[in-house]
Amino acid sequence: MTGDLWSQIFNFDNYGELFVLLQNSIIAGAVLGVVGGLIGVFVMSRDMAFAVHGISELSFAGASAGLLFGVGVVEGSILGSLVAAAVIGLLGARARDRNSIIAVLMPFGLGLGILCLSLYPGRTANKFGLLTGQIVAVDDPRLNSLIAISIVVVIGLAVVWRPMMFASVDADVASARGVPTRFLSLYFMLLLGLAVAVSVQIVGSLLVLSILVTPAAAALRLSSSPVLVPLLSTIFAVVSLVGGIMLALGGSIPISPYVTTISFVIYVVCRVIGGRRSRRGNTGRSAAMMPVKG
Amino acid sequence: MTALDSDNLLAGQPVLRLADASLAFGSRTLWSNLDLRVTAGEFIAVIGANGSGKTSLLKVILGQQELSSGTVEFLGAPVSRGNRRIGYIPQQKLADDGTPLRARDLVGLGLTGHRFGFPWPSRRRREQVDSLLDSVGATAYGDVAISHLSGGEQQRLRVGQALAGDPALLLCDEPLLSLDLNYQRAVSELIDNQRRERDLGVLFVTHDINPVLGMVDRMLYLAGGRFRIGTPDEVLRSSVLSELYGSPVDVIRSQGRVIVVGTPDGPHEHPDAGDAL
Repeated sequence: MTGDLWSQIFNFDNYGELFVLLQNSIIAGAVLGVVGGLIGVFVMSRDMAFAVHGISELSFAGASAGLLFGVGVVEGSILGSLVAAAVIGLLGARARDRNSIIAVLMPFGLGLGILCLSLYPGRTANKFGLLTGQIVAVDDPRLNSLIAISIVVVIGLAVVWRPMMFASVDADVASARGVPTRFLSLYFMLLLGLAVAVSVQIVGSLLVLSILVTPAAAALRLSSSPVLVPLLSTIFAVVSLVGGIMLALGGSIPISPYVTTISFVIYVVCRVIGGRRSRRGNTGRSAAMMPVKG
Repeated sequence: MTALDSDNLLAGQPVLRLADASLAFGSRTLWSNLDLRVTAGEFIAVIGANGSGKTSLLKVILGQQELSSGTVEFLGAPVSRGNRRIGYIPQQKLADDGTPLRARDLVGLGLTGHRFGFPWPSRRRREQVDSLLDSVGATAYGDVAISHLSGGEQQRLRVGQALAGDPALLLCDEPLLSLDLNYQRAVSELIDNQRRERDLGVLFVTHDINPVLGMVDRMLYLAGGRFRIGTPDEVLRSSVLSELYGSPVDVIRSQGRVIVVGTPDGPHEHPDAGDAL
């Protein structure tokens, strides 16, 4: 019994063949890790974790509608994400407004998604997958669209990285210096919408936080360097996703528990290390004779 | 309204000039017919209750708010959004753990934060930031995460960040709010020293005049849609403020502090100051 359970979770028979078969999934995971790791830094500094969750539920609704009406899951989830991101970006300039708008949108999106899935006559495994992730053999066109969207997000972030960080840390000062803070916050929401839409494809809408928030939160436990944090966050996200997909290959379980577990363990380890460091007083003050480079 | 102004006697070049300026939102007039000249090296406190239009005045100067009438010029030209030669120091608000910045990075945003791209480290930038950290006395914690700094330490960095653009004018919006008395003194002295060293005009918005009483050259006192401009000795008098408020107001001087009692909007005393004394 225990053996059965174990082989459902971990099974490495015919691993080589499976690996080749699911090569696309692994590439998709790596690309997604880069996107999640980078945009996660801004999700943290703009305090938008809840927005990520809200957008992902609307993305789920869009994907389900796409499935039901035959438009396509990818197209549907992108549309749902972008609509949610735009609504949150336009109406939720202030944190309090934003949270209530998200709380209003989220159950509606989830309900809409469940409605579409209930009406959909196809297989149930697909339905469940949109919420909790799945090992889909990512075909070439799907992989290409995922890579294309990811490139848009990464370049889009890189171009405005500095003013966006300025606006995230202190919108008033940034705006006094001529940084277009309102434009940037809408721009960010749209990039976030795209990032969520591609993540939903792999880990499912309920677990998107594990790649868009957890890796960046873990990185911030270890460092405050504006160069190291995005780097670590990206590494953590890629390790979680690629590691999760590789572990999931042989088992009969969706990939999300593997991804979320790895991502969670990384966070716990970083928290422990970060906690020890600050208890030792090693925060970089030169009085403590511990200069921190980075 | 006659301003108790002594512009003609002041040396130095005008940095900022408001002429016959009025600001109204709908039927509510915040202030009108305001004439104010800030010269290089001059420290002017802007004092008044909440809603008296102090912060709106700063927004006008930053080009974020249009005047209802009148003109505002910075360095001889009409103000525009995002002028790099205006340094802005906001109220202190604690940075949270989600901020991937160290003290030096916060100051660095003042240098290049408005530029596109990723902030790749460079030696020249590092040297500039080092010298700014040095001038605000923050070298010791240059590499500390800002979420680990006290409010007073963060405000020193804000000053450094504002100085990064080589400003001609510093706009300070309640920079001492929620700091303890020691840090209030430290931060206001820092601003005072820097304006002398760099010949900066300073507009310093505050609830409480006391921390900067010995430093300011003049003050702009806003109340009930009207204002007075003059030296603290000219403005902080029972007769002057009673006329301004249109009701009897007492100015009490005690142990080097000034307390205005009897204003319709409560005494102008920093809420924390009483406890700390």
